[in-house]
Amino acid sequence: MSTLSFLIPIAVLMGMAGLGAFLWSLRNGQYEDMDGAAERILYEHDDKPLGGDPH
Amino acid sequence: MTCCAPTDLTHGHDPRQRSPGIDEVMLGSRDLGNGLRQVALSVPDMRCGACMIQLETTLGRLPDVRSVRANLTTKRVTINWQADNGNPPDFAASIGAIGYTAVLPTDAVDQPGEEMSGLLRALAVAGFCSMNIMILSVSVWSGADPSTRQALHMMSAALALPAVIYSGATFYRSAWRALAHGRVNMDVPISIGVLLSFGLSLYDTFIEGRQAYFEASTSLLFVLLVGRTLDEMMRKRARSAAASLADMMPKGANIVREDGRIDYVPLNEIRPGTRTLIAAGDRVPADGTILSGISELDRSMLTGESRWERVAPGAQVRAGDLNIGRPLMVEATVAPEDSTLAELHRMLEAVEDGRSEYRMLIDRAARLYAPVVHGLSVLAFLAWFAFTRDVHLSLTIAISVLIIACPCALGLAVPMVQVVAARRLFRHGVVARDGSALERLAEIDTVVFDKTGTLTQYDPVLATVTSKGPLELSLAVSLARFSNHPMSKAIVDNASRGNGEILSLEDIREVPGHGLEASFRGERYLLGRAAWATGGDTPAPTAPSTVVLTKGGEVLASFLFGERVRAGSAKAVRFLKDRGVAVQMLTGDVPEAANAVARELGIDDVKATALPKDKAGIIEALRDRGRKVMMIGDGINDAVALKTAHVSMAPASGSDIGCSAADFILLNSDMDGIRIALTTAGRAAALIRQNVALAIVYNVVSIPLALSGYASPLIAAVAMSTSSVLVVANAVRLDMDADVLSWRRRPTASLAGAAQ
Repeated sequence: MSTLSFLIPIAVLMGMAGLGAFLWSLRNGQYEDMDGAAERILYEHDDKPLGGDPH
Repeated sequence: MTCCAPTDLTHGHDPRQRSPGIDEVMLGSRDLGNGLRQVALSVPDMRCGACMIQLETTLGRLPDVRSVRANLTTKRVTINWQADNGNPPDFAASIGAIGYTAVLPTDAVDQPGEEMSGLLRALAVAGFCSMNIMILSVSVWSGADPSTRQALHMMSAALALPAVIYSGATFYRSAWRALAHGRVNMDVPISIGVLLSFGLSLYDTFIEGRQAYFEASTSLLFVLLVGRTLDEMMRKRARSAAASLADMMPKGANIVREDGRIDYVPLNEIRPGTRTLIAAGDRVPADGTILSGISELDRSMLTGESRWERVAPGAQVRAGDLNIGRPLMVEATVAPEDSTLAELHRMLEAVEDGRSEYRMLIDRAARLYAPVVHGLSVLAFLAWFAFTRDVHLSLTIAISVLIIACPCALGLAVPMVQVVAARRLFRHGVVARDGSALERLAEIDTVVFDKTGTLTQYDPVLATVTSKGPLELSLAVSLARFSNHPMSKAIVDNASRGNGEILSLEDIREVPGHGLEASFRGERYLLGRAAWATGGDTPAPTAPSTVVLTKGGEVLASFLFGERVRAGSAKAVRFLKDRGVAVQMLTGDVPEAANAVARELGIDDVKATALPKDKAGIIEALRDRGRKVMMIGDGINDAVALKTAHVSMAPASGSDIGCSAADFILLNSDMDGIRIALTTAGRAAALIRQNVALAIVYNVVSIPLALSGYASPLIAAVAMSTSSVLVVANAVRLDMDADVLSWRRRPTASLAGAAQ
């Protein structure tokens, strides 16, 4: 029980970190242009998203 | 344009497209504050990474531009610029200069993934919650002591809460909407099942019971949301044709005031009697009469006629006609909202609304399912309560029935097959824009082809050349070099294969709509329409496809043009006939031209000189006779027919509107896509039927188990997931089938190769 009492919160916190990262990237518009993102990696270019909420 | 030659759009900047002017960009932009403005321009030719980077760097170099972002998925460029220095730079011209065409989208702010990102968020939350609850549940099952179990149940309850509240909202909303309208849909049993099992588990946790079923409700949500998201991925591709048509309309026009001032005003300020100035490359904003100016009009938008028409003062113009030649002054006879184009727009909208009545298989199944599921579950509760007098046990069994019988395998299977099929089609150069289209495509028994632009390609091809001698031929070629007219280009192309000598001509003049004239060694030569060049006025039906070189009315050389049949058309027709599908041709062109092409392709059933309304009418008549018609056409004039047909296809080289109206878009310039789409659709339909059968078998087996009390909600959730996995695995089989594969290599490979 004592092991579980800190392992479980750690597992849940790690999961939440992952979830948070996903939601952040989603809001940041990183999934808006999947085709473009795949192509951009091929070009040497100062690459950053438009930023902010475009809607 | 440096890239992307998989389609026959290699000519880059398309003169038939109009680009928005500075004023229009200003009207279509929005204020971001601090003097910053944002505009989104649609660039349909953007096809690869090179295009994207080229657009971004070119636009980024313009003065006042703060940031540019090209989106390859939506084919749009979003530009932020500092507007306090006056007008924006001419974005459309800069885009045009590097060979692309920019159009101002109607919905100035693009909102592609509103629904999608909501679903993804819900899916992420449900996934996170159900995975963690599963971990905790495993600990409980492996024999936790009562106090640990209690703690784990409490944590599970806390973890389930966000999934049940946030992720479940998608289903509750839809269920509530259905109930409020007195209907029952698939979301009703889902919502009740999730909420009831969560409530019961919560109760069990508080009375420190042995079991709680949080994983059942959350994993159910997770699996269902995966299905929803896949479904949405399919639906997102569909874009309203009516909206695309509106995209092509000018947002305003230059009007000439009483005092001679020229003002750019929004479209709704144009009234009957307003005089508008139509510059070259502009579309006519409203039906009207030409007051002054001689020019050529491209009327393909409404008539599908690809040859340009010469107009002079007094001629009637219609909204949507594109001015190719010189500026025109037009007096509007009706307001833009009453124009022919607006009528077409309304017709399209009406047909689109009607089309959405086609119910997807899954909806049809769900309507049968929901009452059965509810009835069974209520029956189970009543029967068990009558026998055992145990509310808790009866409720548990009722929930099991509700969860186990909910058709989520179906909900997952159909979109899954569609997404796999769509991905496969895309690899072979066919874009499926609507999930249900695959279902409909598998049912067709009649195919109706449009001619111009579909079976044949737009650019005229030189059929026969007759000339008095090599000097005359060289003269014609040298003269043709001075024009951008497609026919002139064809003459030059033809000559560049031989030994065309270039002669130095003097005093060259282009007469819009007629041809070219020039002096050579003191003689005046004319190259152009037969009637004009010979000085006579004998209008022959074949006249537009003949160009002659004359000197003083005497014909020295003549060029006869024919249509180029699209590669693979004959093969596609043969394939359809072999499958027992009736093939028809429906065209707005003259019977002579139509019959010539039909003979070449082996089509017996030809209807020529059909107007857009006739086309839709003919398809409707076929439909009323019980035929399932596929329409293949490209033009704006085909749009209504495309929408009326059971299912439709358009080549990507066609108009934007044609592509938006169609369910499938053929990216490759040949017609092999028809065969691939049909075989894939047949296969997908078979897989969907298998999946439905699988789901039914699963229910026949599992529902009695649940009714007899052998399935706890946990087992129900596991069984349901298993059936879902099975059905997904079955769908993925589509990707492994070799029989749909064509002999052709993947077109994406050629795309990448052509990218540089």
